[in-house]
Amino acid sequence: MENLYSLTAHELKKKIDSEGLAPSGILDSLIKRIESVDKKIKAFVSLNKGASVLSKERRGKLYGIPVLVKDNICVKGEETTCASRILKGFKPPYDATVIKRLKDEGAVLIGKSNMDEFAFGSSCETSCYGPTRNPWDTDRIPGGSSGGSAAAVASDQTILALGSDTGGSIRQPASLCGVVGLKPTYGRVSRYGLIAFASSLDQIGPITKDVTDTALVMNVIAGYDEMDSTCVDMPVPDYTKSLVKDVKGLRIGVPKEYFIEGIDTEVEAGVRGSIDLLRDLGARIVEITLPHTQYAVSTYYIVAPAEASSNLARFDGVQYGFRAQDAKDLVDMYIKTRSKGFGNEAKRRILLGTYCLCAGYYDAYYLKAQKVRTKIKEDFDKAFKLCDLIATPTTPTPAFRIGEKTLDPLSMYLSDIFTISANLAGLPAISIPCGFSKNSLPIGLHMLAKPFDEETLLRAAYTFEQNTDYHKRKPGL
Amino acid sequence: MKRLYEAVIGLEVHLQLETETKAFCGCSTEFGKSPNSHTCPVCLGFPGSLPVLNEKAFLYSIKVALALNCKIQDTIKFDRKNYYYPDLPKNFQISQFDMPLSYDGFVDVISGGREAGKRVHIKRVHLEEDAGKLIHPSCASYSLVDFNRAGMPLLEIVTEPDINSPEEAYNYLTALKSILQYLRVSDCNMEKGSLRCDANISIRKAGEKELGVKVEVKNMNSFRWVREALSFEIGRQTSLAEAGERIIQETRLWDAQKFVTVSMRSKEEAHDYRYFPEPDLVPFIVDKNIIEDIRKALPELPDARADRFVKDYGLSEYDARVLTGQVDLADYFEECARIYANKKTLANWINGDIAAQMNARNVNILSLGIEPKDLAELLKMIDDQSISGKIAKDVLAEMIETKKRAGEIVSSKGLSQISDKGEIEKTVLDVLAKNERSVSDYKGGKKTAITFLVGQVMKQTRGKANPAMVNDMLKKHLGE
Amino acid sequence: MQIDKNTVKKIALLSRLELDEKESELYSSQLAAILSYIDKLNEIDTKDVLPTSHVLSTLKNVFRKDSLKSSLDAADALSNAPSKEGDFFKVPQVIEGK
Repeated sequence: MENLYSLTAHELKKKIDSEGLAPSGILDSLIKRIESVDKKIKAFVSLNKGASVLSKERRGKLYGIPVLVKDNICVKGEETTCASRILKGFKPPYDATVIKRLKDEGAVLIGKSNMDEFAFGSSCETSCYGPTRNPWDTDRIPGGSSGGSAAAVASDQTILALGSDTGGSIRQPASLCGVVGLKPTYGRVSRYGLIAFASSLDQIGPITKDVTDTALVMNVIAGYDEMDSTCVDMPVPDYTKSLVKDVKGLRIGVPKEYFIEGIDTEVEAGVRGSIDLLRDLGARIVEITLPHTQYAVSTYYIVAPAEASSNLARFDGVQYGFRAQDAKDLVDMYIKTRSKGFGNEAKRRILLGTYCLCAGYYDAYYLKAQKVRTKIKEDFDKAFKLCDLIATPTTPTPAFRIGEKTLDPLSMYLSDIFTISANLAGLPAISIPCGFSKNSLPIGLHMLAKPFDEETLLRAAYTFEQNTDYHKRKPGL
Repeated sequence: MKRLYEAVIGLEVHLQLETETKAFCGCSTEFGKSPNSHTCPVCLGFPGSLPVLNEKAFLYSIKVALALNCKIQDTIKFDRKNYYYPDLPKNFQISQFDMPLSYDGFVDVISGGREAGKRVHIKRVHLEEDAGKLIHPSCASYSLVDFNRAGMPLLEIVTEPDINSPEEAYNYLTALKSILQYLRVSDCNMEKGSLRCDANISIRKAGEKELGVKVEVKNMNSFRWVREALSFEIGRQTSLAEAGERIIQETRLWDAQKFVTVSMRSKEEAHDYRYFPEPDLVPFIVDKNIIEDIRKALPELPDARADRFVKDYGLSEYDARVLTGQVDLADYFEECARIYANKKTLANWINGDIAAQMNARNVNILSLGIEPKDLAELLKMIDDQSISGKIAKDVLAEMIETKKRAGEIVSSKGLSQISDKGEIEKTVLDVLAKNERSVSDYKGGKKTAITFLVGQVMKQTRGKANPAMVNDMLKKHLGE
Repeated sequence: MQIDKNTVKKIALLSRLELDEKESELYSSQLAAILSYIDKLNEIDTKDVLPTSHVLSTLKNVFRKDSLKSSLDAADALSNAPSKEGDFFKVPQVIEGK
C-alpha cells in the first residue's frame, strides 16, 4: 500500500471523494511519519495529534487535508510563539483570517512549524527551539524563515503548509528544500492574524509539494478581508483554471543583474537550463534590466527592521507572553523582559530599525530607503512592459551548512538578494524545484509576475513542472 | 503696574469623538463599563491584529476641521508615534505627523462684544487613538491597566501660540467647546475626560519677537483650572525672569488642591518618537465634493446664531450670546419662541430663573425637564395676569420638582391671581385700617410708605393679588 | 555613517533593551558593517523621487462602518496576562507622567 503521507493534497482529495478515504487515515499516516522523521528534522514546534475536521456542515475545498501552520500565524487557543521566548505560552484569543478560512474549508490543522525568531533570518537557526534541518542534508539549513514549513513538506511530514514571506521567507526555504513556495501579491491574502514582522512587506502563502496544491491553497486563503486595510477588494479567480500546460507566446524576462558575481555555478546552470526548457516549450525569452537590483538588500534592511522595531515594541510583558520577574520598576521590567525574551538576531534588527527611525537619521535612512523602493518598483513597471514574467534563481547558492553564516549577519542578509525585490515591489513570486546540485541539494527557479497576476505565474510553473520531475524526487531519510 | 512681560500660550485640546465604536475596531466606546470588557485583539494591540479606520470618526474629524475653518489635507496619512507606556497597548500610538487631516484654521473668540474679539489660529486638527487608563491603588506598589478607553477616536486640536492671557485661554476654550457641541460630535464632558486640555506657555519681554522657553502644563480638568494654572505659571515664570534665573523647558502638572504647578521630575531620556507612516493603514484622499457636502451640512454655529437672535428676536447682544453659548439652550429658546410671542421675556426667563434652576441643580436644560410648551404656558399665565411674576417663580420650581404643568399647580394650590376689584378693595381697606401710622406717614409726604402697604396686601392674599391693581386701589383710597 | 558603542547604548534604551559591554561592542561593529553596506544607497539620486510606503498605489480610503462588533470577554482579554488583579492588567507602579 502506498504511504498516504507521501501524496499531494489533490491526490488525497481524489481518494477522499471517490474512494471514501477518511481524514483520520491521512492524519494517522502523517503522525507515524512525523514520529519517525521529525527527530532528525525538527520542523514542528507543536503537533496536534487530536486534530480533526472542524467544519461539520459541509465538505470544504480542503476537507480532511492536513495543513502545517508557521508559528507566526495565530490559531485560537493554540500556542503561537514566533519561535521566540518572549511569546512562550501565548495562546491567541482569535484565529487569523487564513486560519478561519482553512477551518471553514475542512482543513486539518496538525500543528505549528519552526521558523527563525519573528521570521528574522534565512536559515531557521534563530529559533528559540533550535534549528530545523534540511531533509536533503541534515547538516544543512532548510532556509528561512519558513524553514519548518518547507522542511516538513519536503520530508512528507505534512501535506500542505503555510509560510509567510517578508523578504523571501517562503521562496528561499522552498527552493532549498525542493518544494513549491508562493508569495502572493501584497494585498492578495489577508495579514490579519499574521504576527507582523514588516507590515508593508509581509504576505502569507502556501508551501506545497507541487503547483496544483499551491493553486488549491490559494483558492482558500486569497481574497478580501475587512479586517485588513491593505487586503484588496477584488475578485479571486479560480486558480486551478491556471493549471494549463502551455507557455506558448509567454514573454519571460531574464534580468541580467541576477546572474553576476557570487552566484553558484550549479545554481546558474540549473536556472539557465530551466529557462531554456521554457523557451523550448514555446515561451519567448527577453533580456531585461532591473538596474536598481543591487540596492534592494540595502533598502530592505532599512525598511524591514524599521517596521519590525515598531511592531515588536508591544512585546513588553504587560498583556501576554514572558515577563521578567526580578524587575525593580516599570522601565526595568520592560528592559529585562525584552532583553531576556528576544534572541540576538531580533535584538540586532530592533536596534538597526530603531536607529534608522531616529530623529537625526530618518531622512538619511528610512526616507531614503522609501525613495529607492520607488525606483525598484519603477524598474519592474518598466520591465513588465516587455515581458509577462521574470525568471531568476531563487537563491545564489544551494542550502549552506548550519552555523556557516551565523557569525556574519551581512552575509546571511545577502542570501536573500534575489527574493527581496518582489517584497519591496509587492509582486507575486514563486519558487519551484528546477534541479539538483552534485550533492543532491535542490535548486529553485524563481518567477515573478505583475501585481495580482498569480495566474500567469501558476501557468508557467505548472507547465514547467509537468515537463520535469524534480518535484517528485524525495530526500532519503 | 506696568507689564514688562507678556505671556505666549498655545493650547492643545483632545476631544473624544462620540462614535458608536472605537477608531480602529468594532468595540463599543461606552463610558464607565467594567475594566477590559470593551476590548478586542485590535484595541489590545494583540500580535497579528490590524487597524481599520472608522469612517464616522473620520467624517466627524473633517466636520470639526471645517467648522474651525481649517484646510483639509489633500492626502491624509497616519503615522506611528513610538514610545513605551503601559496604557499604550502596542507601545506606539496611531496618530498623524506630517500630513495631518487638516491645518491652518481659526476660531474667533468674541467675548464682551465684537470689538474685543480675538482670532485664535488653529495650527492643525488631527485624528489619533486614545490610550487606556492607569489606576494607582493607594499604598500599592503596582498600577493597574484598563484598556476600555484604548483606541477611542481622539481629535487633537492645536492652536498657534496666539493666546496672551489666561482669560483669553478661557474664552477660547469656551468658544471652542461651544462650537464642538453645536457639531454634536462629542459630549465635551471634561469630568469624563472626553475633552482634555494641555497648555504650552512661555513669557517674553513685551514687544519682543522671539519666543521664550516653553513649559508644558498638564492635568487641568476644567477650563477654570486652565485659567488658574496659566495665571500661576505666568507669575512663576515672571518672577524667575525678574530674578535673572533660567526657565527650564519641562512638563508641569497643575495641582488643584495647592493651586500651583509642579515639575514632573522627568528622569527618563529625551523623547524620540520615531514617527513613520503607519504601514497597516492606507492613505486617505477625500473627494472635494464630499468636503463641500460636509461644509454645506454644517449647522449654524454660535456666532452666526447669536447674530440672528439679535436680529430676529430683538434680543440684546448679551442675552443672545448667553443663549447661543450652549447649543441645547439655544435650541430650547427657539422651540419656546415658536410658541411664545414675547421673546425678551422668554430670554429673561431662560437666562434668569431657568439658568438659576439649572445651576442650583447642576443639570443642563434637557435634564431640567421643562418642556418648551410648559414654559410657554407658565409665561402666558403671567401675561394674562392669571398669576403674578413672583408666584410664577415658585410655580417653576414646583414644575421641576413635581413634573406637573403650571396650570395644574396653580389651580390645585389656588395660586390664581386675584383680579377681582371687590375682593382687592376689601383687603386694601382692611390693611389701611390696621396700619394707620403708615397711612399718616404717606399722607405726611413719605411716599415710600406705600411699599409697605402693598406688601401687607400681598401678604394677606398670599401673594395672589394683582400687584398693579393693589397699587391703584391703595392710591385711590389714600386720596390721590 | 559611524555607529559607536554609545550610540548603540542610546538606541538600546530607546528600544528597551539592555546590552552588556561585550554585546554593545559586538552589535556596534555588526551594525557598523551593515550600515556601511547600506550606505550604497547614497549612490542614487533621489531628489525628486516620492517615497513608497505602500506598494499598492491605488489602495486608498479603506474604511470600516461604525457598527458594533462583539468584544472579547474580559477573561479572554486577560487570559494571557503574566500578572493581573481582578479584571485589570497589573504592572509595576507607574509614576504618572511620561
